[in-house]
Amino acid sequence: MKYYDRLVFELSKPGRIGFSLPEGGADLSAELPANIARQSALGLPEVSEVDVVRHYTNLSQMNFGVDTGFYPLGSCTMKYNPKINEEVVPQFNGIHPLQPACTTEGVNEVYEKMDAALAAITGMKHFTFLPCAGAHGELTGLMLIREYHMSRGDLARTKIIVPDSAHGTNPASAAVCGLEIVVVKSKENGLVDVEDLKPLLGPDIAGIMMTNPNTLGLFEHDIKEIAELVHECGGLLYYDGANMNPLMGVVRPGDMGFDVMHLNLHKTFSTPHGGGGPGSGPVGVADKLVPFLQTPRVSGFHGNFGVILRAYAYILMLGKENVKMAGRLATLGANYIKESLKDCYKLPIPTVCKHEFVFDGLLNDNGVTTLDVAKRLLDYGFHAPTIYFPLLFHQAIMIEPTETESLETLDAFIEVMRKIAAEAAEDPEMLHSAPHNTPIGRPDETTAARQPKLKFA
Amino acid sequence: MSKIVEGLLYSESHEWVKVDGGVAIIGVSDFAQAEMGDITYVDLPSEDDEFAAGESFGALESVKASSELYCPVSGRVVAVNSDLEDAPEAINEDPYGAWIIKVEMSDNSELSKLMNAAAYEQAAK
Repeated sequence: MKYYDRLVFELSKPGRIGFSLPEGGADLSAELPANIARQSALGLPEVSEVDVVRHYTNLSQMNFGVDTGFYPLGSCTMKYNPKINEEVVPQFNGIHPLQPACTTEGVNEVYEKMDAALAAITGMKHFTFLPCAGAHGELTGLMLIREYHMSRGDLARTKIIVPDSAHGTNPASAAVCGLEIVVVKSKENGLVDVEDLKPLLGPDIAGIMMTNPNTLGLFEHDIKEIAELVHECGGLLYYDGANMNPLMGVVRPGDMGFDVMHLNLHKTFSTPHGGGGPGSGPVGVADKLVPFLQTPRVSGFHGNFGVILRAYAYILMLGKENVKMAGRLATLGANYIKESLKDCYKLPIPTVCKHEFVFDGLLNDNGVTTLDVAKRLLDYGFHAPTIYFPLLFHQAIMIEPTETESLETLDAFIEVMRKIAAEAAEDPEMLHSAPHNTPIGRPDETTAARQPKLKFA
Repeated sequence: MSKIVEGLLYSESHEWVKVDGGVAIIGVSDFAQAEMGDITYVDLPSEDDEFAAGESFGALESVKASSELYCPVSGRVVAVNSDLEDAPEAINEDPYGAWIIKVEMSDNSELSKLMNAAAYEQAAK
């Protein structure tokens, strides 16, 4: 790969023009009030068409995405983004958000059908499509919970329970919502400790936020009991949809007892993310919360319609039968990798996982850390898994293959992971300095965080 | 093997305490800074803030993680090491020299709940 790190401004040559504007265009400068008229030159790069094309083509080749290769980034569900999703978009391109509603019935129909599809998949009653990503959905869902309690005059419920294995966004969203966070511990087997939960429950509890399967990829099989306990104390259950992928079409959060949830359309429903496009985090609610659904106005207009449209295309493409297959294949792939590598990598919780699982570094590390393994994977053309999360394990490597990978790809990844384990035994120094074949090796993260340079100078 | 200093007291959440009369000088242990990795930001309390033992008084952020700081004893903050705002790396370089806050203790008997160096050595294994 050719190293390329220039800015388009660095290519600029005074007077070079790549586009001719029609002659005799109107000069509007006299029309503008002095206070908003530009005082200095615009400062656009002066480049030719071929300069621009080569610049962006070179930049694009410095990238790695789902279209480039295997991307087993745990907890992120980096599944392939089917190109048919893009095919439906141009038909809606001409619509403006301020257009009269009577002229956008096609859009309304997409929202209605998507609402029905998501309700069927999750067991919720209705969805709001305003939230633009997962954490945005969490905040919206918590605001709904707060509205619900306040509408009953129950103002004492100021605390929210979050398991110690939760995504960091859970306590962060709760704090933004003004709730006090209470942590419930996990047991040795990685699941929420029901005995630790019981004494936390009371009249000050607004609810509990759970991810199921949790961040270790384990299904919280005590969920029925947890739901009963939380409901008994008057609290509600929030479902973080980050890990919905393995359950899609198999188990429904609504049936588990959850009252509010968000989905990450950009994970489970195959729309681009991670720098590839904006997200969408629709929030679904059970019957009793439907009256509050329109209360939190968390974004303008109707959310990221383009993303919702792509996700709807994905659901239609899969159909009822295949929706069930996605999660099962994702689960099969994760278990296949886990079982194939557990003689080289430390597996702290050796049970059957769902769509993802966590290793705790190499079995015989020889001084080689999880960071070294992740960096070495880049040399072999794979995106690194999520590392050092969840915090429960100090050398965590979190692997999520998703259902879109073939057996050949999974085998190639397993082979490379085994090779790295062998390299760790033979030549740990080489791993400490990996990667060796990428345009950038190890960026100085510490200096970047301590003395960030936030603009080009 | 991380360094443990004799004569200091230690909490389970890896803060150290140096007792100076009625004042507790508080920092984080070598084990804590090594686990965190390069520290990039220290979230400090203000002088006169009051904390109960076990309550969070601030946080450390590193390239790897963010971690709460817990006050090992109850009391009022009488000094804050504001040098750490510009030089958080001091905690990595000299964890026992880079104190974070000084607290005027409201209940000296809480010190008996902390560990001595030998007990902490066992706990941090």
